[in-house]
Amino acid sequence: MLSRVANSIYWLNRYVERAENIARFIDVNLNLLLDSPPGSRTQWEPLVITAGDMPAFKERYGEATAENVIQFLTFDRNYSNSILSCLQIARENARSIREIISSEMWEQLNSFYMMVKEAAPKQSVLDLHDFYSEVKMASHLFAGVMDGTMTHNEGWNFGHMGRLLERADKTARILDVKYFILLPSVQYVGTTFDEIQWIALLRSASAYEMYRKCQHRITPSGVANFLILDRDFPRAIRFCITRAESALHKITGTQPGTWRDPVERSLGRLRSELDYLTIEDIMDKGLHEFLTDFQIHLNGTGNKIFQTFFALEPVV
Amino acid sequence: MRFETYDPGDFYDELFIAKGKPRPEILPLIERINSLPEGELKRRQQAAQIALFKLGVTFNVYGDSEGTERIFPFDIIPRIVSAQEWAKLERGLKQRIFTLNAFIADIYGDQKIIKDGIIPAEIINSAKGFLKPCIGLKPPAGIWCHITGTDLVRDKDGTWYVLEDNLRVPSGVSYVLENRRVMKSTFPQVFRTMNVQPVDDYPSHLLETLLNLVPSNLPDPVVVVLSPGIYNSAYFEHSFLAQQMGVQLVEGRDLVISDGYVQMRTTKGLQRVDVIYRRIDDDFIDPKAFRPDSLLGVPGLVEVYQAGRVGIANAMGTGIADDKVIYAYVPEMIRYYLSEEPIIANVPTYMCWEEKHRQHVLKNLDKMVLKAANEAGGYGMLVGTHATPEQRQEFAEKIKANPRNYIGQPTLCLSRVPTLIDNEFAGCHVDLRPYILYGKEIYVNPGGLTRVALKKGSLVVNSSQGGGSKDTWVLTP
Repeated sequence: MLSRVANSIYWLNRYVERAENIARFIDVNLNLLLDSPPGSRTQWEPLVITAGDMPAFKERYGEATAENVIQFLTFDRNYSNSILSCLQIARENARSIREIISSEMWEQLNSFYMMVKEAAPKQSVLDLHDFYSEVKMASHLFAGVMDGTMTHNEGWNFGHMGRLLERADKTARILDVKYFILLPSVQYVGTTFDEIQWIALLRSASAYEMYRKCQHRITPSGVANFLILDRDFPRAIRFCITRAESALHKITGTQPGTWRDPVERSLGRLRSELDYLTIEDIMDKGLHEFLTDFQIHLNGTGNKIFQTFFALEPVV
Repeated sequence: MRFETYDPGDFYDELFIAKGKPRPEILPLIERINSLPEGELKRRQQAAQIALFKLGVTFNVYGDSEGTERIFPFDIIPRIVSAQEWAKLERGLKQRIFTLNAFIADIYGDQKIIKDGIIPAEIINSAKGFLKPCIGLKPPAGIWCHITGTDLVRDKDGTWYVLEDNLRVPSGVSYVLENRRVMKSTFPQVFRTMNVQPVDDYPSHLLETLLNLVPSNLPDPVVVVLSPGIYNSAYFEHSFLAQQMGVQLVEGRDLVISDGYVQMRTTKGLQRVDVIYRRIDDDFIDPKAFRPDSLLGVPGLVEVYQAGRVGIANAMGTGIADDKVIYAYVPEMIRYYLSEEPIIANVPTYMCWEEKHRQHVLKNLDKMVLKAANEAGGYGMLVGTHATPEQRQEFAEKIKANPRNYIGQPTLCLSRVPTLIDNEFAGCHVDLRPYILYGKEIYVNPGGLTRVALKKGSLVVNSSQGGGSKDTWVLTP
């Protein structure tokens, strides 16, 4: 398929997934806001830190209040990773490949974008909970429509791979939010509030019930284990990487477990590392350090995908 | 809402002979609409608009950063053409396209029509659409204008005229197909009773026309639609046609010339392209041959085309017949190449480069429509009857400065069709653009795009100037 088209469907899916995950980030904090002990302050700064865009935020908004952070991450047209911007980019990508995707995909994405565009930015913080749920559902609906209406061909595999890589990255970031929230208040560790935060975090990854079924008690390493290493939970990092790798091999036609191009090598290494890691290894290294390294490796893989499949220079 | 009060007034009305007197062939439609409960028609109109918006049947507005897409306003009352009338139009259009093709081939070949004194050489040589690199070119099967949209209008007495021919990259056929889709779900019963000729096979005919450009021994030819990209005003149509034909939609940056062929960049390397349905003007198609600043085209394309290694529709150079001064000669061409009389007449046209014509135009500016020879989309024109004296003066200066570039036509009283405006039926002026394909033979899609001026009294129907569209129903004999 055309490189440009593969690029568009890959990013289209990444951006829809990204919008969904920003909604998740914010939703964790909205939940915490309701459960926080009186007198404590919910921290909004970590959301901007984990999004990786603190300088841009500081310059334009100053203080990290709930309203500012929500405005920045949700409705800011000038910030390219806000939910609204993500969906706008996703929609532009979809528009450029309408003859490739199913018309149902286009219609779903179009109404998704309209829904966010028409949402009132100034509604009360507490009412926003419903809005973020809607964003999450609309993203699921898009993924479902794509699975159910588009031939699972090369284009579909590019899209699927994009979605999974984005999701792995964002699950890592969601876990990392906890690290940043904890930093200033180590005295919370092991308290009810600490447990509530972990629950909120699991909820934001839609992982709470699934976690309870397999681990029962909520512990930091249990949560990290589940969100990083679980084989079967669809938002766990290992699940995402394993499935992304298999989509990649469907695209290239190379045998799983072997490699011919730098992307296969990079993603294969990441997958096999996850296959043989234990949560103890991760905690010994430091959760934050592990997550940072993981994201760097993942970014490297993303760059190799661009070089291998999308770069427009002729291969001759 | 009922038609009883609708008064066609002192105009040719496509649906009514006189107040309360519909044309006999449209009775089923009138009865259906009259039987709808109050407010239902309005509701259906809105439902149709929403459906079109959801389908993304939109066009882009240049220079508008947000909400760049707008839906092309759509009116729910169709325009209806009787079978007999259509039969004549169809013959007339075939005659015209056959002639125009012969003309283009002649101009880039022996130029007999100039040598025989029918058209002055200076008119050809000064035409912006005359491309010297195309001289001597032999496109497959000798066909140059594969896809044409010819604009027709109807005057007060009901006579049809050709207003202009669009032989470069005519737009709008996607609206014809999508409007029809929406109308079928809006008035299913009427469709069953009225025997409207279907238009849905246009993409199949288009694909056949394009495949006709491929050398016959090629087993699995690759056809693409070449678009300038998502910011082009007709982007929806490019993507729609590619989708309906099941071919790739490409942009200039997807294509590269390699090993003497046009190839596209895919995730698995380069792949050869055999036919290009280009939706980019000649000027922009190859920066090496034409505009060096163009980023839309493919460097080196013209060379590959001249070598016969890729088919392009429309052929490069067809813009010569798009020139509004050359348009004025089409009736002469029909007589010259076919020894026949034109079946559909031109609108009487004054060519400002001729002294006598120019004087007439300058004296009658307030009664005429003035047009630049090479503009489209309602740009570069002046409707003299509606202009201020200053605007007319300004245009007169332009004509004097560059007479070759302007024509004048008497202001026609365009026919009207009842149209839903503010909850009542208003008579609005329309034109008609049928789409004609020239492949193994000439095919005219039954109907075409009826554009309607949605402002009261306005004669300008272009989408970029606030016009809308209607479905066009050609009845079966």
